[in-house]
Amino acid sequence: MSGSLLETIGLKKYFKTSKGLLHAVDDINLHIARGETVGVVGESGCGKSTLGRTVLRLIDPSAGKIIFDGQDIMQYDKKQMKPLRREMQIIFQDPYSSLDPRMCVSDIIAEPMTITPGFGSKRDIRDRTAQLMQTVGLAARLADAYPHELDGGRRQRIGIARALALNPKFIVCDEPVSALDVSIQAQILNLLMDLQDDLSLTYMFITHDLSVVKHISDEIVVMYLGQCVESAPTDELFSNPQHPYTKALLSAILKPNLKSRGRVNDVIHGEVTSPIEPAPGCRFAPRCPYASDKCMGQDIPLKNTADRHRTACVLYQ
Amino acid sequence: MHHSTLLSFVLHRKETMGIVGETGAGKTTLALSILQLLPERTGQITQGDILFDGEELTKYTDADMRAVRGERISMIFQDPMTSLNPVLTVGKQIAESLALHNSTHRTKEQIEARVDELLELVGIPAQRKNEYPHQFSGGMKQRVVIAIALACDPELLIADEPTTALDVTIQAQVLAMMLKLKRELGTSMIIITHDLGVVAETCDSVAIMYAGEIVEIGAVEDIFEGPCHHPYTAGLFASIPDLDVASDRLSPIEGIMPDPTNLPNGCKFHPRCPYCTDICRSVPPVDTVIHNGHLIRCHKIAQERKVQA
Repeated sequence: MSGSLLETIGLKKYFKTSKGLLHAVDDINLHIARGETVGVVGESGCGKSTLGRTVLRLIDPSAGKIIFDGQDIMQYDKKQMKPLRREMQIIFQDPYSSLDPRMCVSDIIAEPMTITPGFGSKRDIRDRTAQLMQTVGLAARLADAYPHELDGGRRQRIGIARALALNPKFIVCDEPVSALDVSIQAQILNLLMDLQDDLSLTYMFITHDLSVVKHISDEIVVMYLGQCVESAPTDELFSNPQHPYTKALLSAILKPNLKSRGRVNDVIHGEVTSPIEPAPGCRFAPRCPYASDKCMGQDIPLKNTADRHRTACVLYQ
Repeated sequence: MHHSTLLSFVLHRKETMGIVGETGAGKTTLALSILQLLPERTGQITQGDILFDGEELTKYTDADMRAVRGERISMIFQDPMTSLNPVLTVGKQIAESLALHNSTHRTKEQIEARVDELLELVGIPAQRKNEYPHQFSGGMKQRVVIAIALACDPELLIADEPTTALDVTIQAQVLAMMLKLKRELGTSMIIITHDLGVVAETCDSVAIMYAGEIVEIGAVEDIFEGPCHHPYTAGLFASIPDLDVASDRLSPIEGIMPDPTNLPNGCKFHPRCPYCTDICRSVPPVDTVIHNGHLIRCHKIAQERKVQA
């Protein structure tokens, strides 16, 4: 558990649009330690999925460095990236659209091994596929089934088995449970945590659901409009949230008990503003109950406010 | 295929009932049956009565039902992205239901005035009525859908997963607005959801559905704070990660929802139930009354009650 497996320095991804540059990921500095899970939380459009894809170089960043296992992978060309791809995998959000409907379960799981050299004969691959299906809790009789015959939870298990096929070190989990029912969600979260223990995996866990990241993460990064507004170890973030956006997110969680009834009335107003050519200053200011003139005009940097706790807010500068 | 078999519940005036269940539990089918919107060939109400304001809805003709839908009972659909017409302005879409159910003979100007009023009611500036759905965000679109549903002052509003497609902060805003409107207009509501947090926030009574049946029903206090529950209800609560309690593992309900074309014998939950006994595999359970209004359909609960009595 020593050192970081993945690090990003000043990572940026801007998309060109007809109205100007869309700042999807804006100056993100991440450290993901070996064997740990970093949760990335934010609402739709905050750039969390773009961040997940950028660190894997599925999308090339506009600026910044990505250090994976001690090497600056931004310098790598396509050929050099190829062996690295085995070590970094992704589990997608939607188990309905991320599986080829014309391939059967065992073919989907075997595909990464058949296209990568070094996994032995067809027989070896078949054995490993069967073993992977067992690992993720898929019955052997489903090997010849097609995705449409299966429910969401089982499909997500296929996606997980496929991601595990090449023995990766690092997996980006992009909202892996948000399309699933609660009882199934818990099964998949438990599976992901067991796999992490057994295979010493490192996760970047992207989600909009704070209660899910609390359960699975060691550290949490809260994103708003492409920027990190707060990051802290999980317990610290929940016991001592600092940024007004983090507080708003926490208070917007509807708890399944009657004691907190009436909570919805205290929630923040307004909606996420446009990420296209944002003005300098705090991007949350238009919705923030504590906003003042100090929040406008210049970007607010992340400041260390406690051990490993960083917040980008004028209230904590 | 049997769906929503043997369901009964009573919704009182001005009350909000939550119908909770997972995908395939039959929640939406139940809502569509109340409105008789099920496809004619495949979806038939084979048995039972739907009494609305004392009247039997299943005996209504198509024309009678059309007068009920949208005017006395209206529905908010789950996905605001697909339930609005992309080629009509939002103002026109709100005016449509007013024009269709124009029993008070409003003039065009009066309808337009009512459209403005409705938009303001759901928190959208009236000058945006000439814009198209794609110009609105998800939360705003859902507000438009709610404005359409409220246009004719319905007595009953059925909301099918009204906030599932929305972000958490927007979800809270939309729920707060729905609660405020309910208080002001005195509408009765049925909220269909899989989210127990939404139920805790909005409902007076709750029905928990599993594989087409209501397995537990009661006041919101009975379900959330009562001591006695159906094993499925208990499993649902245990599956949710609790923010206030640190725990390493979640306790999911093992297994998956049964296929509605091939339901198990006896209690439909028995293959997933940790307390399953022989009787559960063969005999369908009946409702056990815990106290006034709190019913649980489970053999284990029935036996425990018998022992106590």
